[in-house]
Amino acid sequence: MSDLNTQAVAKYRNNFLKEVEACVEEGDWVKMCMQCGVCSGSCPFGPHWDHPPQELFMMIRAGKREEVLTSSSMWMCTSCYNCIVRCPREIPITHIMHGLANYAHRLGLAPKNQPTRHFSGLFWNNIIKTGRVNELKLSLGLYFRDGLVSGIKVGMAMASVGIGMVLAKRLNPIELIKPHGCKDTKGIHAMLKKAREIEDRRKGLTAA
Amino acid sequence: MATKEYAFYPGCSSQPGASASNYLTSVNSMCKTLDIKLTEIPDWNCCGASIGYAEGGELPRHAMNARNLAMAERELPGQKVVATCAACWLSARETKERLDHNSTMRADANEALKEAGLEYQGKAEVMHMVEVLIEDFGYDELKKHVVKPLEGIKFAGYVGCQTNRPFGIDGESFENPVYLDKLVETMGGEAVAYDQKVTCCGGALAFSEPEKSQKQIKDIVESAYDHGAEMIVTPCPLCQANVEIYQGAVNKRYGTKFNIPVLYYSQLMTLAYGGSAKEAGLDGHIIKAPKLEAFAAKK
Amino acid sequence: MADQKIAAYVCQGCGLGERLDTKALAQIAKTDGKAHLIREHEFLCNADGVATIQKDIDEGVTHIAIAACSRRSKTEAFYFPTVAMSRANLREGVIWVRPEGDEHQETTQEMAQDYVRMACAEAKKLVQPMGNTDVACDATVLVVGGGITGMTAALEASKTGYKVILVEKAAQLGGWAGKLWKRVPFKEPFADPADTGVEAMITAIAADGNIKVYLNATIAKTDGAPGRFMIDIATESGSVAQEHVGSIVQASGFTLYDMNKLPELGGGKSPHVVDQAGLEALAKAANGGAIKRADGSAVNTVVFVQCAGQRDDTGKHLSYCSGTCCNTSIKQAMYFKDQNPDVDTVVIFDDLRTPGNGEDFYRSAQKKGVTFTKGKVSSVEANGSGLKVVFNDLILGDQNATIENADLVVLATGQVPNSGVNIDPSKLEEETESVAEFKQISILNLSYRQGPDVPQLKQGFVDSHFICFPYESRRTGIYPAGPVRRPMDIAQATEDATGATMKAIQAIENAAVGRAAHPRSGDLSFPIVRIEGCTQCKRCTVECPFGAIDEDEKRYPVFNESRCRRCGTCMGACPVRVISFENYSVDSVGSQIKAVDMPDEFQEKPRILILACENDAYPALDMAGMNHNNYSAYVRIIPVRCLGSVNLIWVTDALNSGYDGVMMMGCKHGDNYQCHFVKGSEIASQRLSKVDETLKSLNLEPERVQNFEVAITDIERVPQLINDYAAKIQEIGMSPFKF
Repeated sequence: MSDLNTQAVAKYRNNFLKEVEACVEEGDWVKMCMQCGVCSGSCPFGPHWDHPPQELFMMIRAGKREEVLTSSSMWMCTSCYNCIVRCPREIPITHIMHGLANYAHRLGLAPKNQPTRHFSGLFWNNIIKTGRVNELKLSLGLYFRDGLVSGIKVGMAMASVGIGMVLAKRLNPIELIKPHGCKDTKGIHAMLKKAREIEDRRKGLTAA
Repeated sequence: MATKEYAFYPGCSSQPGASASNYLTSVNSMCKTLDIKLTEIPDWNCCGASIGYAEGGELPRHAMNARNLAMAERELPGQKVVATCAACWLSARETKERLDHNSTMRADANEALKEAGLEYQGKAEVMHMVEVLIEDFGYDELKKHVVKPLEGIKFAGYVGCQTNRPFGIDGESFENPVYLDKLVETMGGEAVAYDQKVTCCGGALAFSEPEKSQKQIKDIVESAYDHGAEMIVTPCPLCQANVEIYQGAVNKRYGTKFNIPVLYYSQLMTLAYGGSAKEAGLDGHIIKAPKLEAFAAKK
Repeated sequence: MADQKIAAYVCQGCGLGERLDTKALAQIAKTDGKAHLIREHEFLCNADGVATIQKDIDEGVTHIAIAACSRRSKTEAFYFPTVAMSRANLREGVIWVRPEGDEHQETTQEMAQDYVRMACAEAKKLVQPMGNTDVACDATVLVVGGGITGMTAALEASKTGYKVILVEKAAQLGGWAGKLWKRVPFKEPFADPADTGVEAMITAIAADGNIKVYLNATIAKTDGAPGRFMIDIATESGSVAQEHVGSIVQASGFTLYDMNKLPELGGGKSPHVVDQAGLEALAKAANGGAIKRADGSAVNTVVFVQCAGQRDDTGKHLSYCSGTCCNTSIKQAMYFKDQNPDVDTVVIFDDLRTPGNGEDFYRSAQKKGVTFTKGKVSSVEANGSGLKVVFNDLILGDQNATIENADLVVLATGQVPNSGVNIDPSKLEEETESVAEFKQISILNLSYRQGPDVPQLKQGFVDSHFICFPYESRRTGIYPAGPVRRPMDIAQATEDATGATMKAIQAIENAAVGRAAHPRSGDLSFPIVRIEGCTQCKRCTVECPFGAIDEDEKRYPVFNESRCRRCGTCMGACPVRVISFENYSVDSVGSQIKAVDMPDEFQEKPRILILACENDAYPALDMAGMNHNNYSAYVRIIPVRCLGSVNLIWVTDALNSGYDGVMMMGCKHGDNYQCHFVKGSEIASQRLSKVDETLKSLNLEPERVQNFEVAITDIERVPQLINDYAAKIQEIGMSPFKF
């Protein structure tokens, strides 16, 4: 158990709903779910969720902390926002799914080899470096996540796509050496550091 | 003096050499015809996209977007911020909404922004380029500039997710938005009715969950074919990329023979406004659109 | 009848003149109809036409037969209250349902001629009713029950200027609502429990000079009829007071389903398992402070069990949803949350049903942190000093989901109506076995021949015509309101009380002038019995759907005209045909049946008699005409007040005089009946089951008499039914009874 996790468990004892309300983006909407299941039926990746949103909400209310935070379910969210616009209770379900995933990730409870978790980390770290996406590095990072050999395999499989993109002038090999970027990276880094600091303080994610 | 001026937020994918660089090319051509002046927000940064959530968290993502908005407010005062990318627009709008309605979040964001010497004041309105076309110009105005109507070409208007939900275009339904079809028709083309208009392409999960996403892409392309479309047209760079790039992989996985061009609305408009294939960025496709190339070559 | 002067009018408007030979029709009225005066008019319902008729009446015409459109059309133009009138339906009933063309002309014209014959025959048999003379007017409303419904009824009646007698069995007014700490909100924003308002109502009643209140009192006897009820009120002291009232609002309310019947849910097993009344009592005791258990200990976790003993399909408990308990549990959970947000409140529901603006209330409870869990509770057992609740979690699929440490469990049992004794003792027994224990104590103690209370329909709730006439019961002048009619909450009961009060006032006013209540509103006719011919068979007294007929000591029927709804079921029941109305009788219909010209067997023109209910089937037939939906020219249609009024002699006579088939068209019957007179169509179908024997004795096929359920919306179906039946008759062949 990570320190942050131990801390959270102690603070909220057995009341997982309160913890979600305090620590998860839009978490105080969880109690408003009326269990109609429209979200579950509207999700493009619906069949791939172990626990669709409706169930996650019920599990949170039932205090099933471990099961929720270690679940791969919310990592299935494609951010299509179908659930949000269809929810008769107007619950920001997409945001809650993002929030749950983020919280589970920060507590170190999210599934280790979850590919979207991996990709999300890769993406964020990629953009904050220069302030803008480096698509090439991002793709390469993705291919090589499981090590060099596997990376070359995936890379080869995707090679035709990559070459096509280069030929279409939509992927630039120069990016590896001379990437796009913001001028004030220093400012951005300071800003993000501060933002993280505030958020961690608000959500109790500061190691004691 | 241009008819209309906007603070422009092109987004990472529209940069030269990036995945949607041809989108930018065609937007520039289209704007030239419509006499729109786009001024890039100085030193704009990435919006964090939706996928940034897991590592980025809530406030850092809002800070990133607030930085762009604050920069626009300061450097291009009085101008509306216009994004061409669905994710950029959505993220910026989401941040604006949250910061404008949640004073704590706004204070927090401003505390962070201070580190970069900026302040968010909530003055700038955020629009998608499509909104500019529909709301600030209108179909009638857009039609006036058509010199070469796209007669006899059938398009499947693929709206996708993020230009449609949760904000969408004013007055449009989430389940069946019609603005893209209307744009196609305004340009003289034919918009086919099909049932996957707002289906998710998998978004960022096309990279992390390729199997699941390719099923989505297959459904979309298949439906477009089934309903007689010759090409797909979309307002979203990620939709465009996913649906075009992965057709090969889908073919391999499902034994299909998909080869349908996927274009941006701005490309159609550039062509209908008499632009060349190059001005429309037709050279930026993996799946070429020979019919449009021929159309462009026609005097 | 010597001074009868009959006039017949044949209209040529609306295409009648083009489609029909009206000269021939006029001739028929003279030769066959024996009318003394015959006029053709090009547009009878216009001012000139109406003036013509009126002039004839002024000059001594006593009976008129109008051959024009349906009796349902132009009722304002053809309004001649001083004479008896019949109508031949040539428009909706003939030209609009018959195709044009020479090949159809002969049969269409025959149809029209028969309707002229029938109208003339009917007119002769009618007497314009002058009204029931047995009228009385006690302009006081009796309200039985002093809960929200009863108090509302009393105040509303008083506001309208009527006197009220309010009888309450308890020592104070208030009823169920008086036991509540708060009520479910009934105003924007529907967010918090609201004051019950009971105190204010009690004060208003005390200050109201029109309202006389009896507390600790019950109804010992109800005698009489609308306008002249005599009520014996038994008070606690043993004395009996007598009051005269014009009509009655029965607001006897409900009792909570007995939770002792739910031992598996801890009902009666633990003092910490309470029903919703028990929780209200605890809340009242807390008086705004923290609600404590009966033993005075604190409550940290409270579980609400919805549908306890309700929506039960095993037959052991209530099969229905009371529709109020979800909102009540939401309200009660708020009692805890509003006082202390740290109390855990869990509502375990299967379907959360929150009628009215309950959805807002539900959302408000969610905002306050009440937890709603979709599941079905299987057991509640003691667990140390607390309770263990085991339930099947229907979202997470966990059969043994458990709440280990509940301090208090509230069972949401449903509403059981206080409706008294049902009309049919055998039926009551059957239902008591399967459902709840109904209060067997009579509420009204009616001295009626058919039983001491208002008849019930299902589950012990009072039978009130749900579709057409809510508030109306099967006892004219007695209007059930509130949860005795169907399960309901305070807001609904308030509205119900207002509606019932209006009906009660209407009953008083109708009784004062001897007028019928709906569906024959304003009808001045009433049943007249030729008592010397009566055989004391009691069919009329048993079958009357409204308990209007009592029996005297010699078992002769005693009609209470003000209780009567003029359906004619008694007339249909009477085997010796001594019951009739001045404007509707065995003879007035029988003579129409006989007036039809019967072609001989070899003409291959069958004749089919249709007896159609005037409430649904006849309007449906008219509307079929308006839509020009064609049907066979071989039918002759006679509207009847209700199939219940059909005397079998009509059927026998029809068959004997050569009709090839008889169709009866009435309303749907059974539990979801649509009969405007509740039982009429059901009784008719029972009577018809005996016609088979008659048919057999005449050596006729059973298909020659058939009964159909027809709704007012069956505009397409009715012509189809007729055409199918006509085809069937063709198949069977012509009746051998033609002469």
